[in-house]
Amino acid sequence: MHQLTIAEIMRGLRDKQFSSVEITSHLLERIQQLDNQFNSFISVTGDQAIKQATAADARLAKGDAPALCGVPIAHKDIFCTSGVRTSCGSKMLDNFVPPYDATVVDNFQQAGAVSLGKTNMDEFAMGSSNESSFYGAVKNPWDIERIPGGSSGGSAAAVAALLVPGTTATDTGGSIRQPAAMTGTTGLKPTYGRVSRWGMIAFASSLDQGGPITRTAEDAALMLSVMAGPDKKDSTCLDRPAQDYTASLGDSIKGLKIGVPSEYFGEGLDSEVGAQVQAALKAYEQLGAELVEISLPHSKLAVPAYYVIAPAEASANLSRFDGVRYGYRCENPADLRDLYMRSRGEGFGEEVKRRILVGSYALSAGYYDAYYNKAQQVRRLIKQDFVDAFDKVDVIMGPTAPNPAFKLGEKNADPVAMYLEDIYTIATNLAGLPGMSIPCGFAHGLPVGLQIIGNYLDEARMLNVAHQFQLASDWHQQTAPAAQ
Amino acid sequence: MAVDAQTVEKLAELARIAISEETIDEVSSRLGDVLQLVDQLQAVNTDGVEPMAHPLEEVQVLRKDEVTEPNRREEFLALAPQTEAGLFLVPKVID
Repeated sequence: MHQLTIAEIMRGLRDKQFSSVEITSHLLERIQQLDNQFNSFISVTGDQAIKQATAADARLAKGDAPALCGVPIAHKDIFCTSGVRTSCGSKMLDNFVPPYDATVVDNFQQAGAVSLGKTNMDEFAMGSSNESSFYGAVKNPWDIERIPGGSSGGSAAAVAALLVPGTTATDTGGSIRQPAAMTGTTGLKPTYGRVSRWGMIAFASSLDQGGPITRTAEDAALMLSVMAGPDKKDSTCLDRPAQDYTASLGDSIKGLKIGVPSEYFGEGLDSEVGAQVQAALKAYEQLGAELVEISLPHSKLAVPAYYVIAPAEASANLSRFDGVRYGYRCENPADLRDLYMRSRGEGFGEEVKRRILVGSYALSAGYYDAYYNKAQQVRRLIKQDFVDAFDKVDVIMGPTAPNPAFKLGEKNADPVAMYLEDIYTIATNLAGLPGMSIPCGFAHGLPVGLQIIGNYLDEARMLNVAHQFQLASDWHQQTAPAAQ
Repeated sequence: MAVDAQTVEKLAELARIAISEETIDEVSSRLGDVLQLVDQLQAVNTDGVEPMAHPLEEVQVLRKDEVTEPNRREEFLALAPQTEAGLFLVPKVID
Protein backbone atom coordinates (compact mmCIF):
# COMPACT_ATOMS: atom_id res chain seq x y z
CA MET A 1 0.00 0.00 0.00
CA HIS A 2 2.88 2.40 0.70
CA GLN A 3 3.93 2.27 -2.94
CA LEU A 4 0.69 3.85 -4.13
CA THR A 5 0.69 7.38 -5.53
CA ILE A 6 -1.86 9.98 -4.45
CA ALA A 7 -3.85 9.39 -7.66
CA GLU A 8 -3.87 5.61 -6.98
CA ILE A 9 -4.90 6.15 -3.34
CA MET A 10 -7.77 8.39 -4.48
CA ARG A 11 -8.98 5.66 -6.84
CA GLY A 12 -8.49 2.92 -4.24
CA LEU A 13 -10.48 4.81 -1.62
CA ARG A 14 -13.35 5.51 -4.00
CA ASP A 15 -13.36 1.91 -5.28
CA LYS A 16 -13.36 0.72 -1.63
CA GLN A 17 -10.20 -1.36 -2.12
CA PHE A 18 -9.07 -0.04 1.28
CA SER A 19 -10.17 2.59 3.76
CA SER A 20 -8.44 5.79 4.78
CA VAL A 21 -7.96 4.35 8.29
CA GLU A 22 -6.20 1.31 6.78
CA ILE A 23 -3.75 3.25 4.65
CA THR A 24 -3.20 5.85 7.37
CA SER A 25 -2.45 3.16 9.96
CA HIS A 26 -0.14 1.39 7.52
CA LEU A 27 1.88 4.54 6.87
CA LEU A 28 2.01 5.50 10.56
CA GLU A 29 3.40 2.04 11.27
CA ARG A 30 6.05 2.48 8.56
CA ILE A 31 7.03 5.86 10.00
CA GLN A 32 7.41 4.28 13.43
CA GLN A 33 9.47 1.37 12.07
CA LEU A 34 11.65 3.16 9.53
CA ASP A 35 11.97 6.85 10.27
CA ASN A 36 14.62 6.46 12.94
CA GLN A 37 16.97 5.85 9.97
CA PHE A 38 15.93 8.99 8.08
CA ASN A 39 14.77 11.47 10.75
CA SER A 40 12.36 12.92 8.21
CA PHE A 41 9.64 13.79 10.75
CA ILE A 42 9.83 16.23 13.66
CA SER A 43 6.32 15.44 14.91
CA VAL A 44 4.06 12.51 14.10
CA THR A 45 0.40 13.18 14.84
CA GLY A 46 -0.91 9.62 14.89
CA ASP A 47 -4.05 10.09 17.00
CA GLN A 48 -5.15 13.14 15.05
CA ALA A 49 -4.46 11.35 11.75
CA ILE A 50 -6.64 8.38 12.71
CA LYS A 51 -9.46 10.76 13.70
CA GLN A 52 -9.16 12.58 10.38
CA ALA A 53 -9.05 9.27 8.47
CA THR A 54 -12.15 8.00 10.31
CA ALA A 55 -14.01 11.20 9.39
CA ALA A 56 -12.80 10.86 5.79
CA ASP A 57 -14.07 7.28 5.59
CA ALA A 58 -17.49 8.46 6.78
CA ARG A 59 -17.58 11.12 4.06
CA LEU A 60 -16.44 8.63 1.42
CA ALA A 61 -19.20 6.23 2.50
CA LYS A 62 -21.79 8.97 2.14
CA GLY A 63 -20.50 9.94 -1.29
CA ASP A 64 -19.75 13.40 0.08
CA ALA A 65 -16.01 13.36 -0.50
CA PRO A 66 -13.89 16.36 -1.55
CA ALA A 67 -10.83 16.03 -3.81
CA LEU A 68 -8.21 14.48 -1.55
CA CYS A 69 -10.59 12.94 0.99
CA GLY A 70 -8.76 10.32 3.05
CA VAL A 71 -5.38 10.80 1.35
CA PRO A 72 -2.44 10.87 3.82
CA ILE A 73 0.03 13.72 3.47
CA ALA A 74 2.48 15.54 5.77
CA HIS A 75 3.34 19.20 6.19
CA LYS A 76 6.76 20.82 6.33
CA ASP A 77 7.22 22.11 9.87
CA ILE A 78 7.24 25.68 8.54
CA PHE A 79 3.44 25.68 8.11
CA CYS A 80 1.50 26.61 11.23
CA THR A 81 -0.80 23.85 12.44
CA SER A 82 -3.41 24.57 15.07
CA GLY A 83 -2.68 22.63 18.27
CA VAL A 84 0.41 20.94 16.78
CA ARG A 85 3.98 22.10 17.45
CA THR A 86 5.39 24.17 14.59
CA SER A 87 9.12 24.48 15.21
CA CYS A 88 10.49 25.58 11.81
CA GLY A 89 13.40 23.28 12.66
CA SER A 90 14.56 25.69 15.38
CA LYS A 91 15.20 25.62 19.09
CA MET A 92 13.66 29.09 19.03
CA LEU A 93 10.21 27.62 18.27
CA ASP A 94 10.65 24.23 19.94
CA ASN A 95 7.72 24.97 22.25
CA PHE A 96 5.53 26.88 19.77
CA VAL A 97 2.01 25.48 19.34
CA PRO A 98 0.10 27.83 17.04
CA PRO A 99 -3.57 28.57 17.72
CA TYR A 100 -4.34 28.66 13.97
CA ASP A 101 -3.70 26.80 10.70
CA ALA A 102 -1.78 28.20 7.74
CA THR A 103 -3.98 28.73 4.69
CA VAL A 104 -2.22 25.84 2.92
CA VAL A 105 -2.95 23.52 5.86
CA ASP A 106 -6.55 24.71 5.95
CA ASN A 107 -6.89 24.11 2.18
CA PHE A 108 -5.79 20.49 2.61
CA GLN A 109 -8.18 20.02 5.51
CA GLN A 110 -11.04 21.40 3.39
CA ALA A 111 -10.00 18.93 0.67
CA GLY A 112 -10.25 16.05 3.18
CA ALA A 113 -6.55 15.16 3.35
CA VAL A 114 -5.18 13.39 6.43
CA SER A 115 -2.05 14.91 8.01
CA LEU A 116 0.41 12.38 9.45
CA GLY A 117 2.66 15.03 10.99
CA LYS A 118 5.31 17.64 10.43
CA THR A 119 8.46 17.05 8.43
CA ASN A 120 12.01 18.00 9.32
CA MET A 121 13.72 20.96 7.70
CA ASP A 122 16.74 23.23 7.83
CA GLU A 123 16.30 25.79 10.60
CA PHE A 124 14.01 28.56 9.33
CA ALA A 125 14.44 27.02 5.84
CA MET A 126 18.06 28.19 5.70
CA GLY A 127 20.20 25.50 4.17
CA SER A 128 20.83 23.27 1.20
CA SER A 129 21.52 20.02 3.02
CA ASN A 130 19.05 19.71 5.90
CA GLU A 131 21.89 19.60 8.38
CA SER A 132 20.97 22.83 10.20
CA SER A 133 17.81 21.50 11.87
CA PHE A 134 17.70 21.68 15.68
CA TYR A 135 16.23 18.16 15.49
CA GLY A 136 19.24 16.71 13.68
CA ALA A 137 20.10 16.07 10.07
CA VAL A 138 17.78 14.19 7.74
CA LYS A 139 19.34 11.21 5.94
CA ASN A 140 18.85 10.46 2.27
CA PRO A 141 16.94 7.18 1.76
CA TRP A 142 19.18 6.41 -1.24
CA ASP A 143 22.24 6.43 1.03
CA ILE A 144 21.80 7.25 4.68
CA GLU A 145 25.35 8.60 4.91
CA ARG A 146 24.33 11.39 2.54
CA ILE A 147 22.23 14.52 2.82
CA PRO A 148 18.74 14.64 1.27
CA GLY A 149 19.11 18.27 0.14
CA GLY A 150 17.49 21.19 1.87
CA SER A 151 15.68 22.95 3.22
CA SER A 152 12.67 20.69 2.57
CA GLY A 153 14.85 17.60 3.06
CA GLY A 154 12.43 16.01 5.52
CA SER A 155 9.52 16.41 3.11
CA ALA A 156 11.55 14.94 0.24
CA ALA A 157 13.04 12.07 2.27
CA ALA A 158 9.62 11.10 3.65
CA VAL A 159 8.28 10.78 0.10
CA ALA A 160 11.39 8.98 -1.18
CA ALA A 161 11.23 6.54 1.77
CA LEU A 162 7.58 5.76 0.92
CA LEU A 163 6.44 6.98 4.33
CA VAL A 164 3.87 9.31 2.78
CA PRO A 165 2.85 9.85 -0.86
CA GLY A 166 3.00 13.65 -0.81
CA THR A 167 4.19 16.49 1.38
CA THR A 168 4.04 20.24 1.48
CA ALA A 169 7.33 22.09 1.21
CA THR A 170 8.71 25.56 0.59
CA ASP A 171 11.26 26.97 -1.81
CA THR A 172 13.13 30.26 -1.23
CA GLY A 173 16.19 29.52 -3.37
CA GLY A 174 15.63 25.93 -4.46
CA SER A 175 14.45 24.25 -1.27
CA ILE A 176 11.78 22.16 -3.01
CA ARG A 177 13.57 21.36 -6.26
CA GLN A 178 17.07 20.61 -4.92
CA PRO A 179 15.96 18.02 -2.31
CA ALA A 180 13.54 16.56 -4.88
CA ALA A 181 16.50 16.11 -7.25
CA MET A 182 18.66 14.52 -4.56
CA THR A 183 15.99 12.06 -3.41
CA GLY A 184 14.52 11.08 -6.78
CA THR A 185 11.17 12.76 -6.12
CA THR A 186 9.09 15.32 -7.99
CA GLY A 187 9.08 18.83 -6.54
CA LEU A 188 7.23 21.91 -7.73
CA LYS A 189 7.85 25.54 -6.80
CA PRO A 190 4.92 27.58 -8.16
CA THR A 191 4.96 31.16 -9.44
CA TYR A 192 5.58 33.61 -6.58
CA GLY A 193 2.19 34.45 -5.12
CA ARG A 194 0.36 31.45 -6.60
CA VAL A 195 0.14 29.80 -3.16
CA SER A 196 -0.72 31.73 -0.01
CA ARG A 197 2.09 32.34 2.46
CA TRP A 198 -0.26 33.13 5.35
CA GLY A 199 0.72 30.99 8.32
CA MET A 200 3.95 29.92 6.63
CA ILE A 201 6.81 31.15 8.83
CA ALA A 202 8.62 33.78 6.78
CA PHE A 203 12.27 33.53 5.78
CA ALA A 204 12.59 35.91 2.79
CA SER A 205 9.15 37.24 1.97
CA SER A 206 9.74 38.24 -1.64
CA LEU A 207 11.16 34.80 -2.49
CA ASP A 208 9.38 32.20 -0.30
CA GLN A 209 6.81 30.02 -2.01
CA GLY A 210 5.02 26.86 -0.91
CA GLY A 211 4.60 23.85 -3.18
CA PRO A 212 4.33 20.04 -3.15
CA ILE A 213 6.83 17.19 -3.17
CA THR A 214 5.40 13.95 -4.56
CA ARG A 215 6.45 10.91 -6.55
CA THR A 216 4.81 11.96 -9.82
CA ALA A 217 3.89 15.09 -11.74
CA GLU A 218 0.26 13.92 -11.70
CA ASP A 219 0.33 13.94 -7.89
CA ALA A 220 1.99 17.36 -7.86
CA ALA A 221 -0.86 18.61 -10.05
CA LEU A 222 -3.41 17.15 -7.62
CA MET A 223 -1.72 18.79 -4.63
CA LEU A 224 -1.19 22.15 -6.34
CA SER A 225 -4.88 22.24 -7.32
CA VAL A 226 -5.63 22.22 -3.58
CA MET A 227 -2.83 24.58 -2.49
CA ALA A 228 -3.15 27.36 -5.10
CA GLY A 229 -5.54 30.26 -5.20
CA PRO A 230 -6.09 33.76 -3.84
CA ASP A 231 -6.12 34.43 -0.11
CA LYS A 232 -7.45 37.59 1.47
CA LYS A 233 -5.15 37.00 4.42
CA ASP A 234 -2.02 37.33 2.23
CA SER A 235 -1.81 40.55 0.24
CA THR A 236 1.10 39.19 -1.80
CA CYS A 237 -0.97 36.20 -2.94
CA LEU A 238 -2.05 36.65 -6.57
CA ASP A 239 -5.69 37.40 -7.20
CA ARG A 240 -6.07 34.63 -9.80
CA PRO A 241 -8.61 31.85 -9.39
CA ALA A 242 -7.46 28.35 -8.46
CA GLN A 243 -7.44 25.87 -11.32
CA ASP A 244 -7.51 22.12 -11.93
CA TYR A 245 -3.91 21.38 -12.86
CA THR A 246 -4.75 17.81 -13.86
CA ALA A 247 -7.01 18.98 -16.71
CA SER A 248 -4.17 19.47 -19.22
CA LEU A 249 -2.04 16.46 -18.27
CA GLY A 250 -2.95 14.65 -21.48
CA ASP A 251 -1.92 17.44 -23.87
CA SER A 252 0.59 16.63 -26.60
CA ILE A 253 4.02 18.24 -26.34
CA LYS A 254 4.77 17.92 -30.06
CA GLY A 255 6.29 21.20 -31.22
CA LEU A 256 7.08 22.32 -27.66
CA LYS A 257 10.08 24.64 -27.68
CA ILE A 258 12.52 23.84 -24.87
CA GLY A 259 15.13 26.48 -24.07
CA VAL A 260 18.48 25.04 -22.98
CA PRO A 261 20.63 27.70 -21.28
CA SER A 262 24.32 27.37 -22.15
CA GLU A 263 25.20 28.78 -18.71
CA TYR A 264 23.65 25.74 -16.98
CA PHE A 265 26.06 23.27 -18.57
CA GLY A 266 29.43 24.83 -17.84
CA GLU A 267 32.08 24.59 -15.16
CA GLY A 268 30.94 23.16 -11.85
CA LEU A 269 28.46 20.66 -13.27
CA ASP A 270 29.25 17.03 -12.46
CA SER A 271 29.83 15.28 -15.80
CA GLU A 272 27.58 12.32 -14.98
CA VAL A 273 24.78 14.65 -13.88
CA GLY A 274 25.23 16.62 -17.12
CA ALA A 275 25.07 13.43 -19.18
CA GLN A 276 21.81 12.32 -17.53
CA VAL A 277 20.22 15.72 -18.11
CA GLN A 278 21.34 15.71 -21.75
CA ALA A 279 19.83 12.24 -22.16
CA ALA A 280 16.53 13.55 -20.78
CA LEU A 281 16.61 16.43 -23.26
CA LYS A 282 17.12 13.89 -26.08
CA ALA A 283 14.11 11.97 -24.76
CA TYR A 284 12.05 15.13 -25.07
CA GLU A 285 13.21 15.49 -28.67
CA GLN A 286 11.96 11.97 -29.31
CA LEU A 287 8.58 13.02 -27.85
CA GLY A 288 8.38 15.75 -30.51
CA ALA A 289 9.84 18.75 -28.67
CA GLU A 290 12.41 21.09 -30.18
CA LEU A 291 15.58 22.08 -28.29
CA VAL A 292 16.60 25.72 -28.62
CA GLU A 293 19.90 26.98 -27.24
CA ILE A 294 19.37 30.11 -25.16
CA SER A 295 21.46 32.34 -22.93
CA LEU A 296 20.72 33.67 -19.46
CA PRO A 297 23.74 35.98 -19.22
CA HIS A 298 23.09 37.25 -15.71
CA SER A 299 22.47 33.83 -14.18
CA LYS A 300 25.98 33.75 -12.62
CA LEU A 301 24.90 36.72 -10.48
CA ALA A 302 21.90 34.93 -9.02
CA VAL A 303 23.75 33.44 -6.04
CA PRO A 304 25.42 36.72 -4.97
CA ALA A 305 22.17 38.70 -5.41
CA TYR A 306 20.27 36.07 -3.43
CA TYR A 307 22.77 36.17 -0.56
CA VAL A 308 22.09 39.87 -0.15
CA ILE A 309 18.31 39.90 -0.62
CA ALA A 310 17.42 36.74 1.32
CA PRO A 311 19.51 37.55 4.43
CA ALA A 312 18.30 41.17 4.37
CA GLU A 313 14.69 40.01 4.40
CA ALA A 314 15.49 37.30 6.94
CA SER A 315 17.06 39.80 9.32
CA ALA A 316 13.80 41.75 9.31
CA ASN A 317 11.47 38.72 9.45
CA LEU A 318 13.36 37.02 12.27
CA SER A 319 13.45 40.14 14.42
CA ARG A 320 10.13 38.99 15.89
CA PHE A 321 11.91 36.13 17.67
CA ASP A 322 13.09 38.17 20.62
CA GLY A 323 12.32 36.03 23.65
CA VAL A 324 9.29 38.09 24.60
CA ARG A 325 6.20 37.17 22.65
CA TYR A 326 6.61 33.43 22.17
CA GLY A 327 9.29 30.83 21.62
CA TYR A 328 12.60 30.41 23.42
CA ARG A 329 13.57 32.73 26.30
CA CYS A 330 16.99 32.57 27.94
CA GLU A 331 17.32 31.84 31.66
CA ASN A 332 17.51 34.70 34.18
CA PRO A 333 18.03 37.70 31.88
CA ALA A 334 19.64 40.69 33.60
CA ASP A 335 17.63 43.23 31.62
CA LEU A 336 15.79 43.62 28.32
CA ARG A 337 18.92 43.96 26.20
CA ASP A 338 20.36 40.83 27.78
CA LEU A 339 17.06 39.06 27.19
CA TYR A 340 17.13 39.89 23.47
CA MET A 341 20.83 39.16 22.96
CA ARG A 342 20.94 35.86 24.81
CA SER A 343 17.53 34.55 23.69
CA ARG A 344 18.49 35.10 20.06
CA GLY A 345 22.09 33.98 20.58
CA GLU A 346 21.02 30.74 22.28
CA GLY A 347 17.80 30.13 20.30
CA PHE A 348 19.16 30.44 16.75
CA GLY A 349 21.61 28.04 15.15
CA GLU A 350 24.85 29.05 13.43
CA GLU A 351 23.54 29.32 9.85
CA VAL A 352 20.57 31.45 10.90
CA LYS A 353 22.79 33.77 12.95
CA ARG A 354 25.22 34.08 10.03
CA ARG A 355 22.45 35.08 7.63
CA ILE A 356 20.94 37.58 10.07
CA LEU A 357 24.38 39.19 10.47
CA VAL A 358 24.88 39.34 6.70
CA GLY A 359 21.41 40.87 6.35
CA SER A 360 22.12 43.42 9.07
CA TYR A 361 25.34 44.32 7.26
CA ALA A 362 23.61 44.73 3.88
CA LEU A 363 20.91 46.94 5.35
CA SER A 364 23.11 49.01 7.65
CA ALA A 365 23.85 52.70 7.07
CA GLY A 366 26.43 53.19 4.35
CA TYR A 367 25.96 49.77 2.77
CA TYR A 368 22.28 49.78 1.74
CA ASP A 369 22.88 51.20 -1.75
CA ALA A 370 26.01 49.18 -2.41
CA TYR A 371 24.44 45.89 -1.41
CA TYR A 372 20.66 45.75 -1.07
CA ASN A 373 19.73 48.26 -3.76
CA LYS A 374 22.35 46.86 -6.12
CA ALA A 375 21.08 43.31 -5.59
CA GLN A 376 17.51 44.40 -6.38
CA GLN A 377 18.76 46.01 -9.60
CA VAL A 378 20.61 42.84 -10.57
CA ARG A 379 17.43 40.94 -9.77
CA ARG A 380 15.64 42.89 -12.48
CA LEU A 381 18.40 42.02 -14.98
CA ILE A 382 18.02 38.34 -14.08
CA LYS A 383 14.26 38.54 -14.58
CA GLN A 384 14.70 40.30 -17.94
CA ASP A 385 16.90 37.42 -19.17
CA PHE A 386 14.00 35.06 -18.54
CA VAL A 387 11.44 37.42 -20.13
CA ASP A 388 13.62 37.56 -23.27
CA ALA A 389 14.04 33.77 -23.27
CA PHE A 390 10.31 33.14 -22.96
CA ASP A 391 9.75 35.20 -26.11
CA LYS A 392 11.47 32.33 -27.94
CA VAL A 393 10.65 29.17 -25.96
CA ASP A 394 7.80 27.56 -23.99
CA VAL A 395 9.83 26.09 -21.13
CA ILE A 396 13.47 26.10 -20.04
CA MET A 397 15.33 22.94 -18.96
CA GLY A 398 18.62 22.10 -17.30
CA PRO A 399 20.04 20.38 -14.26
CA THR A 400 18.40 21.04 -10.89
CA ALA A 401 21.60 20.70 -8.87
CA PRO A 402 25.24 20.56 -9.95
CA ASN A 403 25.98 17.34 -8.01
CA PRO A 404 24.12 14.36 -6.63
CA ALA A 405 23.65 14.21 -2.85
CA PHE A 406 26.92 14.71 -0.98
CA LYS A 407 28.07 13.15 2.29
CA LEU A 408 26.77 14.47 5.61
CA GLY A 409 29.17 17.04 7.00
CA GLU A 410 31.11 17.38 3.74
CA LYS A 411 30.31 21.08 3.17
CA ASN A 412 29.55 22.26 6.70
CA ALA A 413 32.80 24.17 7.07
CA ASP A 414 32.34 26.08 3.84
CA PRO A 415 29.07 28.04 3.63
CA VAL A 416 29.85 29.40 0.18
CA ALA A 417 30.32 25.88 -1.24
CA MET A 418 26.96 24.98 0.31
CA TYR A 419 25.30 28.05 -1.21
CA LEU A 420 26.48 27.02 -4.68
CA GLU A 421 24.36 23.85 -4.44
CA ASP A 422 21.42 26.10 -5.41
CA ILE A 423 23.22 27.70 -8.34
CA TYR A 424 20.65 26.55 -10.93
CA THR A 425 17.53 27.09 -8.85
CA ILE A 426 17.99 30.52 -7.24
CA ALA A 427 17.41 32.60 -10.37
CA THR A 428 13.80 31.44 -10.70
CA ASN A 429 13.05 32.58 -7.14
CA LEU A 430 14.58 35.98 -7.83
CA ALA A 431 12.45 36.23 -11.00
CA GLY A 432 9.36 34.74 -9.31
CA LEU A 433 9.00 32.03 -11.97
CA PRO A 434 7.67 28.50 -11.41
CA GLY A 435 10.08 25.58 -11.53
CA MET A 436 10.02 21.81 -11.10
CA SER A 437 12.45 19.00 -10.56
CA ILE A 438 11.71 15.51 -11.83
CA PRO A 439 13.91 12.40 -11.62
CA CYS A 440 15.81 11.79 -14.87
CA GLY A 441 18.47 9.20 -14.08
CA PHE A 442 21.31 8.34 -11.74
CA ALA A 443 24.86 9.62 -11.33
CA HIS A 444 27.33 7.78 -9.08
CA GLY A 445 24.36 5.59 -8.08
CA LEU A 446 22.32 8.55 -6.82
CA PRO A 447 19.25 10.30 -8.24
CA VAL A 448 19.58 13.21 -10.67
CA GLY A 449 16.95 15.87 -11.20
CA LEU A 450 15.89 17.56 -14.41
CA GLN A 451 14.77 21.12 -13.80
CA ILE A 452 11.86 22.50 -15.82
CA ILE A 453 11.28 26.26 -15.58
CA GLY A 454 7.96 27.62 -16.79
CA ASN A 455 6.69 31.08 -17.67
CA TYR A 456 4.67 33.04 -15.11
CA LEU A 457 1.52 31.16 -14.01
CA ASP A 458 2.23 28.46 -16.60
CA GLU A 459 2.27 25.65 -14.03
CA ALA A 460 -0.30 23.63 -15.98
CA ARG A 461 1.95 23.38 -19.03
CA MET A 462 5.01 22.67 -16.88
CA LEU A 463 3.20 19.84 -15.09
CA ASN A 464 2.08 18.34 -18.39
CA VAL A 465 5.62 18.55 -19.78
CA ALA A 466 6.84 16.68 -16.68
CA HIS A 467 3.96 14.18 -16.89
CA GLN A 468 4.71 13.32 -20.53
CA PHE A 469 8.32 12.50 -19.58
CA GLN A 470 7.12 10.30 -16.74
CA LEU A 471 4.73 8.46 -19.08
CA ALA A 472 7.74 7.66 -21.27
CA SER A 473 10.26 6.81 -18.51
CA ASP A 474 10.41 5.02 -15.17
CA TRP A 475 13.01 7.04 -13.25
CA HIS A 476 10.26 8.31 -10.92
CA GLN A 477 9.26 4.73 -10.12
CA GLN A 478 12.67 3.68 -8.80
CA THR A 479 12.63 2.98 -5.09
CA ALA A 480 15.37 3.87 -2.63
CA PRO A 481 17.01 0.75 -1.11
CA ALA A 482 16.23 1.79 2.46
CA ALA A 483 12.56 2.24 1.57
CA GLN A 484 11.99 -1.36 0.42
CA MET B 1 36.88 40.72 2.01
CA ALA B 2 37.92 40.65 5.64
CA VAL B 3 35.47 41.45 8.40
CA ASP B 4 37.19 42.51 11.59
CA ALA B 5 36.06 41.55 15.07
CA GLN B 6 34.88 45.10 15.78
CA THR B 7 32.52 44.97 12.79
CA VAL B 8 31.17 41.60 13.92
CA GLU B 9 30.52 43.03 17.38
CA LYS B 10 28.70 46.00 15.85
CA LEU B 11 26.58 43.70 13.65
CA ALA B 12 25.81 41.47 16.63
CA GLU B 13 24.59 44.53 18.51
CA LEU B 14 22.46 45.67 15.55
CA ALA B 15 20.98 42.19 15.18
CA ARG B 16 20.59 41.71 18.96
CA ILE B 17 22.43 38.40 18.84
CA ALA B 18 24.96 37.48 21.51
CA ILE B 19 28.17 36.07 20.02
CA SER B 20 30.71 34.54 22.35
CA GLU B 21 34.32 35.76 22.41
CA GLU B 22 35.55 32.30 21.41
CA THR B 23 33.57 32.22 18.17
CA ILE B 24 34.16 35.77 16.94
CA ASP B 25 37.14 34.82 14.77
CA GLU B 26 35.26 31.99 13.10
CA VAL B 27 32.18 34.18 12.54
CA SER B 28 34.40 36.93 11.10
CA SER B 29 36.04 34.52 8.69
CA ARG B 30 32.79 33.02 7.44
CA LEU B 31 31.10 36.39 7.12
CA GLY B 32 34.09 37.55 5.10
CA ASP B 33 33.65 34.60 2.72
CA VAL B 34 29.97 35.42 2.19
CA LEU B 35 30.66 39.11 1.65
CA GLN B 36 33.40 38.24 -0.84
CA LEU B 37 30.81 36.22 -2.75
CA VAL B 38 28.26 39.04 -2.81
CA ASP B 39 30.93 41.58 -3.76
CA GLN B 40 30.73 40.19 -7.31
CA LEU B 41 27.68 42.43 -7.68
CA GLN B 42 29.84 45.54 -7.54
CA ALA B 43 31.29 44.77 -10.99
CA VAL B 44 27.88 44.91 -12.70
CA ASN B 45 26.75 48.05 -14.46
CA THR B 46 23.24 48.77 -13.20
CA ASP B 47 22.96 52.40 -14.28
CA GLY B 48 19.33 53.24 -14.95
CA VAL B 49 18.06 49.83 -13.78
CA GLU B 50 15.04 50.10 -11.52
CA PRO B 51 15.35 47.90 -8.39
CA MET B 52 12.82 45.06 -8.41
CA ALA B 53 10.70 44.50 -5.35
CA HIS B 54 7.97 42.21 -6.79
CA PRO B 55 8.54 39.98 -9.81
CA LEU B 56 5.02 40.40 -11.15
CA GLU B 57 4.96 44.15 -10.51
CA GLU B 58 1.92 43.70 -8.30
CA VAL B 59 0.80 46.66 -6.24
CA GLN B 60 -0.07 46.60 -2.58
CA VAL B 61 -3.60 45.32 -2.05
CA LEU B 62 -5.58 47.37 0.41
CA ARG B 63 -8.74 46.38 2.25
CA LYS B 64 -11.38 48.39 4.00
CA ASP B 65 -10.39 49.51 7.46
CA GLU B 66 -12.75 47.10 9.17
CA VAL B 67 -12.20 44.62 11.99
CA THR B 68 -12.30 41.13 10.47
CA GLU B 69 -10.55 39.03 13.09
CA PRO B 70 -11.96 38.09 16.48
CA ASN B 71 -10.04 38.99 19.64
CA ARG B 72 -7.92 35.91 20.51
CA ARG B 73 -5.97 37.52 23.30
CA GLU B 74 -6.11 34.54 25.67
CA GLU B 75 -4.84 32.10 23.01
CA PHE B 76 -1.91 34.33 22.10
CA LEU B 77 -1.05 35.13 25.69
CA ALA B 78 -0.93 31.41 26.35
CA LEU B 79 2.08 31.17 24.01
CA ALA B 80 4.19 33.69 25.93
CA PRO B 81 6.87 32.57 28.38
CA GLN B 82 5.42 34.79 31.13
CA THR B 83 2.20 36.78 31.45
CA GLU B 84 0.36 38.58 34.20
CA ALA B 85 -3.06 40.18 34.33
CA GLY B 86 -3.59 39.73 30.61
CA LEU B 87 -0.25 41.28 29.63
CA PHE B 88 3.07 39.97 28.33
CA LEU B 89 5.67 40.04 31.09
CA VAL B 90 9.24 41.05 30.25
CA PRO B 91 12.21 41.80 32.52
CA LYS B 92 12.42 45.33 33.87
CA VAL B 93 14.10 47.86 31.63
CA ILE B 94 14.33 50.79 34.08
CA ASP B 95 16.36 50.41 37.28
